[in-house]
Amino acid sequence: MFADVLIILVKVVLTLMWTLLLALFLTWVERKESAVMQDRIGANRASVFGLRLFGLFQPFADAIKMLFKEDFAPSFAQRTLHWLAPTFSFFFVAVTMVAVPFGDTVRLFGRRIPLQVVDLNAALLFVLAMLSLGIYGILVSGWASSNRFALIGSLRGAAQLISYEVALGLSLVGLVMVFPSLSLARIVEFQGGLLFGVLPKWGIFLQPLGFVVFYLAGMAETKRVPFDMPEGESEIIGFYTEYGGLKFGLFMFTDFLEVIVLSALATTLFFGGWQVPWLGDGGFAFPWGAGIKVAPWGVTVLRVLSFNLKVLFFCWLQILTRWTYPRFRYDQVMDLGWKVLVPLGAVNILATGLVLAAR
Amino acid sequence: MGPLTRIQREARPESMLLNMGPSHPAMHGTIRIMLELDAEKILNAEVEVGYLHRGFEKTCENKTFFNLLIYTDRLNYVSPLINNLGYAMTMEKMLGVTVPERAQLIRVLMSEISRVSDHLTCLAAMTMECGAFTVFLYMMKAREFLWDVIEFTAGARMTTSYIRIGGVRADLHPDWRASVSTAIRETRRVLQDVSGLIDQNSIFLGRTRGVGAISKEDALSFGWTGPCLRSTGIPYDVRKAHPYLVYDRLSFEVPVGEFGDNYDRYSVRMREMEQSLRLIEQVAVLLPDAPPLPAGPAVEPAEAVRGSRRQRTPGRIRLSPNLEGSEKERLDGLAARSPSVGVPAKEDTYTSMEGLISHFLFFMGGKGIRPPKGDVYFSVEGGNGELGFYIVSDGTDRPYRLHLRAPCFHVVAALEQLIKGRLIADVIPTFGSMNMIGGELDR
Repeated sequence: MFADVLIILVKVVLTLMWTLLLALFLTWVERKESAVMQDRIGANRASVFGLRLFGLFQPFADAIKMLFKEDFAPSFAQRTLHWLAPTFSFFFVAVTMVAVPFGDTVRLFGRRIPLQVVDLNAALLFVLAMLSLGIYGILVSGWASSNRFALIGSLRGAAQLISYEVALGLSLVGLVMVFPSLSLARIVEFQGGLLFGVLPKWGIFLQPLGFVVFYLAGMAETKRVPFDMPEGESEIIGFYTEYGGLKFGLFMFTDFLEVIVLSALATTLFFGGWQVPWLGDGGFAFPWGAGIKVAPWGVTVLRVLSFNLKVLFFCWLQILTRWTYPRFRYDQVMDLGWKVLVPLGAVNILATGLVLAAR
Repeated sequence: MGPLTRIQREARPESMLLNMGPSHPAMHGTIRIMLELDAEKILNAEVEVGYLHRGFEKTCENKTFFNLLIYTDRLNYVSPLINNLGYAMTMEKMLGVTVPERAQLIRVLMSEISRVSDHLTCLAAMTMECGAFTVFLYMMKAREFLWDVIEFTAGARMTTSYIRIGGVRADLHPDWRASVSTAIRETRRVLQDVSGLIDQNSIFLGRTRGVGAISKEDALSFGWTGPCLRSTGIPYDVRKAHPYLVYDRLSFEVPVGEFGDNYDRYSVRMREMEQSLRLIEQVAVLLPDAPPLPAGPAVEPAEAVRGSRRQRTPGRIRLSPNLEGSEKERLDGLAARSPSVGVPAKEDTYTSMEGLISHFLFFMGGKGIRPPKGDVYFSVEGGNGELGFYIVSDGTDRPYRLHLRAPCFHVVAALEQLIKGRLIADVIPTFGSMNMIGGELDR
């Protein structure tokens, strides 16, 4: 009993650490990636004992700066709600990571420990629910700020997130029809097989249209350019107009957490999660007959590595998109959501159903 | 609390008033738009200008014709050389001075470089406000190379005061050909990159196509000129309609748009930059290299002054670095040689009594440049459109009245009409594509 609690605690701490460090790292990636795209150098001044490491310390410098800034709330704001809003935003996004499997199981001290904080049997619903609750952070921040720009931003945000949740949910129905489970661990296990004996049986190959809808809707959920309606810094400044210091930092951090959550979900649901193509428990078995034996610990490491690389790839892709495209207009975002993605999601369900029925 | 503005008095009780600016990221610091909103929709708008008013026209009445040139730098601070040119040419028309050929070519070169940098700045700001930050930085990068040329030539990037009444202040930098060709090459590359990034981008098209459209008739009645007017399809360009300098000898096209919407304003500017680069190339071919200075060691000014007391004519005099390029040998090709128009050669001031007297008279209050009585209007094609100066002279060394016809003032006047009935987000590209420059708008 005590050991179980301890294991869960360790896993929670590790997951949180992983998520937060990755988010910190992403702020650096975003600075550097955009700098490379824009013929700049990017942040490279932060140093520890003269060691610069391409500005890798910059995120920590930023964090320290945010921490030591004055905790400011305008006199006309509703103080409690103003304080609560960023914590709402942060919490509901961070908590989704508990359902994501980072790897297979490891054997330690005679126990089989799944590399996942909790294996919920309705994990997919849990994730969607938590992402929905994240809206409250935006809504409350806009309302509590008593600022018209913030209010417009938060209303835009609420409308956008609710609209895209419909598309997000619809895009996953097809997936659940193919992999008959709502547990993320089970979905990843299902993706271990082979398709036509060659391709790994990943969601992307079974549900290509579902993935497109999911990814676009997910991008909209992250509220970053080109979908940054609630922020729109050159139009309405955004729902965090009246925020500064650590509270603003939490909102910004949440943005990066959302990028990670979307990447982790895309990986888990459509790209085989921790699965490595053709890697079984005993080692690689290639479709042309060859095989490589890998020790059990090696398999675990490879799988965890595979999950991380896939997540990093999607983070990179999202940052690339963010610095390439201009911003949509509010009504265009709504059009895209309701007139394109929702119908496409429905078509995907229908097509999946027909294929499954025909088999 | 000041008195209520029109929109505050007339607003419906159920609608929301939103105060955009003067402190708002997209208002470029100096303009305020009051919006009456129904959710995202703009029911009514009121544009308030004047936040950068600093009395340019009134100040000029108290400055001599020579001294007020530096104030024109601060009008359209993105293309100060064209402002210099507009003022200098108005004065030349008033004085009846002809400018040497070399100076005319240099003026064309400089004003086309300024035009490209003006368009780059406008489009960079517009696209950045639409969320395309990468395009912004690309264009800023190209502008750096253009400003390098300006810096080499004028010594300053913004407050140039390079184009003077009667000509230009100094010759081009010895390495100007290299820097100009670098600037052209880099600008072409950036234009190509930007075209690839957003010309066909459906998000950008959605934000700009059909948004902020104005008809030909409306544009004319508001007094629009420049790229904004040409975007509606009217090919009015001062350089073609009333050619000045050597523009009638150069070949360039006047790109026009079709619908007069934001996208047309964007694309007209993009195509105009290419035409300006063509003009720069043509001028670079026509411009001969500067005549070499006489060889031999240069003499320090103090020594030259001592020598002149003993009637000794010194050789070349070393001028202070900020006078580099305006040596006496070169001045003939650079400015009209008339003591009542331009600064006399520095060498004469150092070495001859007549030179010293004419220098003193030029800068003395009540002397200097004194145009005949009368009034004159002259306009050049600025970055935003027709940049006109109207000067009334009463025969003294200061203008009796100076009026600036700022192109963006007329363009911004139409903003209210263009954003009414649209969404908040449409204000941004519409306002951005107008290229409002506070210094010029509010004077």
